[in-house]
Amino acid sequence: MRRQLTGALIALAFAGGLGVQAPALAAECDLGDVNGRVNVLGNEFPALQAIMAAAGTCAHGGLTVEDNLTQEHKDIQVAALTANPSEYTGAFVANSSLVPLMNANLVRPLNDLVEQYGENISDRQKIVIDGNIVAIAFMANAQHLMYRKDLLEQAGVEPPATYEEVLEAAQAIKDADVARYPLTGTYQSGWNLGEEFINMYMGYGGSLFMAGTAEANLETEEAVKALETMKSLTELMNPDYLTYDSNGASTQFEGGKAVMMNMWGSRAGAITDDEGAVEGVAENTAFGPAPTVGGGETPATTLWWDGLVIPKNISDEDAEATFRVLASVLTADLANDNAEAAVWLIDGYEPVATAEGVLASAQAGAKPYPMLPYVGLMHTALGDELVEYLQGSESAEKALADATASYTAAAREGGYL
Amino acid sequence: MPHRTFWMFLAPSAIAMVLFIALPIISVIVQSLYIENEKVLITTESCGPFGCTENVTVDEEATARLLEEQPLGRFNGLGTYTNRNHLAFDELGAAWSARESFGDFVGEVMNLPFYKALAFTLTYTFATTPIVLFLGFLLALAVNSLHRWLKGVVIFATLLPFIITPLIGSLVLFWMIDADGIIGSTLQWLYDDPTLSLKASPTLTWITLIVYGVWHTTPFAFIVFYAGLQTVPGETLESAMIDGATRFQRTLYVTIPYLAPLVLFVTLIHLMDSFRVFEPIVGFSAEANATSLSWIIYNDLSQETKLFGSAAATSMLTIIGISIILLPVVYRTWRDFRTG
Repeated sequence: MRRQLTGALIALAFAGGLGVQAPALAAECDLGDVNGRVNVLGNEFPALQAIMAAAGTCAHGGLTVEDNLTQEHKDIQVAALTANPSEYTGAFVANSSLVPLMNANLVRPLNDLVEQYGENISDRQKIVIDGNIVAIAFMANAQHLMYRKDLLEQAGVEPPATYEEVLEAAQAIKDADVARYPLTGTYQSGWNLGEEFINMYMGYGGSLFMAGTAEANLETEEAVKALETMKSLTELMNPDYLTYDSNGASTQFEGGKAVMMNMWGSRAGAITDDEGAVEGVAENTAFGPAPTVGGGETPATTLWWDGLVIPKNISDEDAEATFRVLASVLTADLANDNAEAAVWLIDGYEPVATAEGVLASAQAGAKPYPMLPYVGLMHTALGDELVEYLQGSESAEKALADATASYTAAAREGGYL
Repeated sequence: MPHRTFWMFLAPSAIAMVLFIALPIISVIVQSLYIENEKVLITTESCGPFGCTENVTVDEEATARLLEEQPLGRFNGLGTYTNRNHLAFDELGAAWSARESFGDFVGEVMNLPFYKALAFTLTYTFATTPIVLFLGFLLALAVNSLHRWLKGVVIFATLLPFIITPLIGSLVLFWMIDADGIIGSTLQWLYDDPTLSLKASPTLTWITLIVYGVWHTTPFAFIVFYAGLQTVPGETLESAMIDGATRFQRTLYVTIPYLAPLVLFVTLIHLMDSFRVFEPIVGFSAEANATSLSWIIYNDLSQETKLFGSAAATSMLTIIGISIILLPVVYRTWRDFRTG
């Protein structure tokens, strides 16, 4: 008995010493009078895990709280929410994953629920489309500049504010032999590459579609300039850049190989924590707003939000239970207890260092990722067709023409053109 | 066997095949002939954390009504098959008439996604098959002549590449061939070229994928041939030895003819499997340099807006492709069974 106790104490001390992190819970919630079923589908971020852990404390006899947080949520969300009754009573979506749900008429307007139970929800959290509140946003995300301030100092360059300065700084770093491949980024062909192009194109002031229509607007000067800037950036990256997604690029940065990158703000916490990085990375990483480009004032990035939607195909009781549980959990306490996990949009959240980049980009006027029904098709077409330009086997104009043709064929099939 | 007994034996498999193979394929064919209804788009105001903008959204009720009237969508006939993302007849015609040389035309064709994928798929299929057969046979011969106590261990070791899930195997190799990984840096040192990267060049990526394909599938050929070698009649081999045949002649004139049906079998299976190559492309994140027909289907279905008609059309084209490739092998097998 004594040995077992000692063993347990040692194990506890060990766990404490290793700094095992459980998501910090907010105060106990008291929804004893709410009955129903809550089951939320979402992505695998630490922030969402924290929210669902807090929501779990609300469960009691008449109220069950479950979740399915997986990277594959985007693939199953439309099918899962189409079922009647739907397995999931709520879903965590972002601006891009909200659109397929709206296209399939699966989202329940939350105006009544917000009026009755939404005192804690600020106006900027409400995603309103055509007068209907379709989602409650609680965190923001964007790609912005992350850099090693010690290595920049070593090479004698200032933190860059425009992409032209990024190129100069990277060249100086390379010439000073501080790093062989100073830059890295999420340039994996497919969704990531499409996102990089959209960011850069927005920075140059371009718009993806002709105003008010679903016709592509890629054969413009700004698009060619965006591609050329991307090409110059890739010349200072590890030649395998077309295979690196967020994981690959973060690995390079944490491994001390890259000096600057344009990375998702939601990764900031993972990069500056004590795990997985070589000496000197975590404490020397600094965050800046996304650079501007071409003399423009808009940062070359897009703003994303993550929020909660409630599907149509569930009972009113479950919808109310889900809304009330999550509304009671999304408080400033939760945000401040998990300050590094996300850039929370909840009033009362005090931003920490890792949130600087996203907030600075937002304040500098970055545009939100377009929530158009056909932007997903454009994103895919860009990610697939721009590769050959970066590999040097096509001209920029040809690559953009190919992307336009690919998008147009897909849009015709989808019924948008 | 009386006909009735024959049909009763066949019935369960036949019913299962109809339910799980034939009907789904018919459903896919039907789906490939339709495209989505026209979406009714309206301009509305949308507000979010970053301000309010004018936005285009889908008119949910009007679209839902259209969906009720025409649940399958608009009939498009073979339109999806001939559009740019599939057989691209229009683009092919334009490229042919605008060509400056045949090489020019081929370059234009390779620019089209379906043909690019088809080129890699065919290259992968026809490059890996002979190598797999040859290496598998050599391995089987070698292992067959080992001491008994060594055979078990060696067979297990040889089977390992086939046992490892393709996705995991290719992920492990992805990091090993990275410019900073062990294989990548060794190659850079061997060729004294610090910019050499297997993942950056399309040709080298194709070679990497083919090498991976051979590595992964050779054990399958090996084990089938090894089993076949156990059945080669000892007396024929002995009489060949007595007649003074060399080892090489014995293999060529006795062993190989006996193994011919197995060669056909392995070829059949491997042609089918390699035409559907997919996991290595995902595992190696090689879609920038090499795509395959299965990968195009996956791409259509894994984005946020899923293109079911397009994926269905590519699936049908893949089935037709496999049928064409397997025709010679199947004909040979049928002929053998008829006469034998």
